[in-house]
Amino acid sequence: MTAAAVSASRLAYRRSRIVRERVIEAVLFLAALLSVFTTAGIVYILVKESVVFFRHVPFVAFLTDTQWTPLFDDAHFGITVLLSGTLTSSAVALAVAIPLGTIIAIYLSEFAPFRLREIAKPFLELLGGVPTIVYGYFALLFVTPLLQRIYPGLPGFNLLSAGIVMGIMIIPYVASISEDAMRAVPMHLREGSYAMGATRFQTATRVVVPAAFSGIASAYILGISRAVGETMILAVAAGMQPNLTFNPLEPAATITAYIVQVALGDLPHGSVGYQTIFAAGLTLLVLTLAFNVLGHILRKRFREAY
Amino acid sequence: MKRTDLRRQVRSRKRWDVAFTIVGIVALMIGVLTFAALFADMALRGVGRLDWDFFTSFPSRRASSAGILSAWVGSTLVMLVTALVAVPLGVGAGIYLEEYARRNWITDIIEINITNLAGVPSIVYGLLALGLFVYQFGFGQSILSAGLTLALLILPIVIVATREAIRSIPQSIREGSYACGATQWQTVSHHILPYSSAGILTGVIIGMARAIGETAPIITIGALTFIAFLPPAPLDGEPPFLSFQWLFSPFTVMPIQMFNWTSRPEAAFQANAAAAGFVLVAMTLAMNGAAIWLRYRLRRNIKW
Repeated sequence: MTAAAVSASRLAYRRSRIVRERVIEAVLFLAALLSVFTTAGIVYILVKESVVFFRHVPFVAFLTDTQWTPLFDDAHFGITVLLSGTLTSSAVALAVAIPLGTIIAIYLSEFAPFRLREIAKPFLELLGGVPTIVYGYFALLFVTPLLQRIYPGLPGFNLLSAGIVMGIMIIPYVASISEDAMRAVPMHLREGSYAMGATRFQTATRVVVPAAFSGIASAYILGISRAVGETMILAVAAGMQPNLTFNPLEPAATITAYIVQVALGDLPHGSVGYQTIFAAGLTLLVLTLAFNVLGHILRKRFREAY
Repeated sequence: MKRTDLRRQVRSRKRWDVAFTIVGIVALMIGVLTFAALFADMALRGVGRLDWDFFTSFPSRRASSAGILSAWVGSTLVMLVTALVAVPLGVGAGIYLEEYARRNWITDIIEINITNLAGVPSIVYGLLALGLFVYQFGFGQSILSAGLTLALLILPIVIVATREAIRSIPQSIREGSYACGATQWQTVSHHILPYSSAGILTGVIIGMARAIGETAPIITIGALTFIAFLPPAPLDGEPPFLSFQWLFSPFTVMPIQMFNWTSRPEAAFQANAAAAGFVLVAMTLAMNGAAIWLRYRLRRNIKW
């Protein structure tokens, strides 16, 4: 082979190598871009079906009507009815998850011996991995009978036991993220506090928690959006009849439970009943998105840089 | 201030420390005890139903002869589709973002999207799948639709795990590879991927454990709750021997079977629900436990 031929074949080899690299990069880029397509797909589907829905139902009636009877002849579409269920159950869940989650996080980060922490953190993760349908079973067949013993008038389906179990389900998320945030607070802040004669409790509540506030706040926000989007616990244990109430002792349907209820029946594709679940889903998405944006703002606003 | 006053003050502050330690342990115990109660309740109620027949019988109108055959076969097949879709796409996206992506607005948009998708409620994925996979693409209420839905759902988990695993590989490995004349893809496929594979596997297992327990999105796409047949077998006697009919078959999965039994009033069916829940929890615990063990080993063994 002449020298020219050798260099030509090398050039060809190099060129094929470059082409192959480019193709691979393009394929990987498409994989990454799929997340954008997913978001676009979610918005497209929800908006497309909701637009048809809002042609039948005026937007003002959707927000102000106090009845939710989309499958009756006298149909009413007041989303506030479902929102009240969602907000009430979420409030109960947060009343359980935020205090317990915060206490566990402070304890694990500032008080617990190293060994206990090494066992407790994976255990909390396991607790967070239990399927929600199992929690739903637990709420309906264990917690509700237990609560009925304390409060005999409690109906078999109620927001209270669903909310409590939902709160227990959320504890691991709140605790784990808050604990990470507190662990990230630099040691010298604690040392400074101890050097001034503060006790552990004083250091934890007056130095570590304020310093980790942005992380703790985003843990709470994550907990809220989990609670708002939770489905199976509520579908199983809170009953599925729409009920405009803020009383956790009553049964009520949430946005998510309504979607499940419709999906379990067989509504024809394209009917108004079919489109209501997309309008409900859009409401849910806007709600969780609002909380996520709020969390982002809180994180930016209160971020402490060291 | 007198010395005794100071002493008293110090003592009372120290008492707060002790009090909070007790409160902390109690809070932790509430979590532990709840889990213990949940597991014990299911075990006690369901253990009578857990025998060989339970795994090899179809659901039935008579609680005592009902089983989870179609449910566990359905779950397995759906998980197969989910893994085949989510693992290559998630790992590919993770590699792109860590190794290839330039700092520009497209990368920013992709990253914001992944963070946001991780916070979208799972039932919204179900609505996406109902509109897109079931009706727009015409896949129907099938194993394929369910697998794709769950794949989209766990994609953020796989991507984040991949990125974290890749990020822990020191820069010197890449530099050594490039110095030997390797291309970027050779560096990735010969070095980055093998070294991060355990970390990626951890993320994949956690994602799959999440997917196997997901109920809401699969109900939303219209999975049936009463299935007394199996999907067609993937292998058949005639050429080309492989059959993909099962992808389009109606199906049910473990959590839906459990939901169906839980919502019936008869105690006998609730015992079935307990037994199915026991199997489900055992599966997710085993998967999560494996992931935690893997991560623990990883942290101990690798020192760059």
